Amino acid sequence: MSPTESPSRASVRGSGPLLEVRGLAKSFGDREVLRSIDFTLHAGKVLVLIGPSGSGKTTVLRSLNGLEQPEAGTISVAGGEVAIDFAGPVSAAKRLALRDRSAMVFQHYNLFPHLTVLQNVTEGPIVVQKRARADAEAEAMALLERVGLVDKRDAFPFELSGGQQQRVGIVRAVALRPQLLLFDEPTSSLDPELVGEVLTVMKELAEEGWTMVVVTHELVFAREVADEVLFLDGGVIVERGAPERLFTAPTQERTKQFLNRLLFPF
Amino acid sequence: MDWELFWASLWPIVRGGLIGTIPLSIASFAIGLVIALLVALARISGIRVLSGIARFYVSVIRGTPLLVQLFVIFYWLPSLGLLIDPWPSAVIAFSLNVGGYAAEVIRAAILSVPKGQWEAGHTIGMSRTTALRRIILPQAARVSVPPLSNTFISLVKDTSLASLILVTELFREAQKIAAFSQEFVMIYMEAALVYWVFSLVLSTAQSRIEKRLDRYVAH
Repeated sequence: MSPTESPSRASVRGSGPLLEVRGLAKSFGDREVLRSIDFTLHAGKVLVLIGPSGSGKTTVLRSLNGLEQPEAGTISVAGGEVAIDFAGPVSAAKRLALRDRSAMVFQHYNLFPHLTVLQNVTEGPIVVQKRARADAEAEAMALLERVGLVDKRDAFPFELSGGQQQRVGIVRAVALRPQLLLFDEPTSSLDPELVGEVLTVMKELAEEGWTMVVVTHELVFAREVADEVLFLDGGVIVERGAPERLFTAPTQERTKQFLNRLLFPF
Repeated sequence: MDWELFWASLWPIVRGGLIGTIPLSIASFAIGLVIALLVALARISGIRVLSGIARFYVSVIRGTPLLVQLFVIFYWLPSLGLLIDPWPSAVIAFSLNVGGYAAEVIRAAILSVPKGQWEAGHTIGMSRTTALRRIILPQAARVSVPPLSNTFISLVKDTSLASLILVTELFREAQKIAAFSQEFVMIYMEAALVYWVFSLVLSTAQSRIEKRLDRYVAH
């Protein structure tokens, strides 16, 4: 199920950037969590956000899915097909349009506990996108096959391991055929031995050409899969660059400290 | 103990339950649930006027005796020129009462669904209404079945108050037989027995529904 199969996505390829974020800013009360975040992402590329907790990386990601409302800045998807300026009020229609282009994979999976695995995956395509049930189910089954969960189609989420639940979470996002896949610390809730199965699926999606924004602490994954890494701290982008460069020769002191803490925790 | 009278009065009392108590309870509960859902949604709507009205309604219902509510409806509606029979008066009063109590149950149940479920609904493109209907309410239903069952079983017994506005139901039938036979203790105990059997049946139904709704939860 490669992203180029969808015509709406293919048309964006090769033209301008798929995602443009300018001047994103947000505070919770007195605390500024984001200050002037800018970045650009081209179709088929993988952007990884790293940074200490409270750095604002998750807020950036959630803003891209309309789950968080910044106070200033703009988000433009697909050359302005969806363009939101957060300086003014954002209509529900615009927020839905933004969500239509992106889909989120959550840290705590957030699968629908009252629906089976298959229903979790087809709920969006059938109920929201009004696709024919047979088509949606066939596509869902193909995706579940790819992540090795076909035999779990009728299971409820509570019957699955964390790694299995997160793979369903990824399939649920992919089944929506979004232009942009968003991952919010997708392996942080997993037992260490289950992290690999989720990262493997994500790596395959990247190789297929999905455009992805990933918040993660998995530096090995970032290094292998990311096209660009942003290091955030205190609500600003402290440093950005290709992973080989940023991980081996960071120019900012704060980046060095952060990477050291991750690599040598004690 | 006058067993002959006991057996002779059993059917009239049960019949009072079947044609009075049960339909009265079911109708009032169904209408009451609709009211309760609307009131619960008004309370969590974030619209101040709406949630204020809803809060006031719940406060009045919970702060006044059901018997008083029943009498107010029964005597007040005719004074407005609405001449209605005792039965619809009772349905209105009991529905409003259930609406007040169940609203709090439903509100708590909706709020008990984790915020991540709303977000997951949103991320697959659902509007608030769709997420509420497809994702949140089905999960809230599971949580609210035990307390709502209690509300319903209480209602079944509370409908005996309708005898005071002369609705034909279980207790009113018992009253008539008791007054006629002067066997007050036995007849009222018989009425109690019938209420109890009704409640047992309802409790069984409750645990069946709970079991069905619990199938997607780890035990």
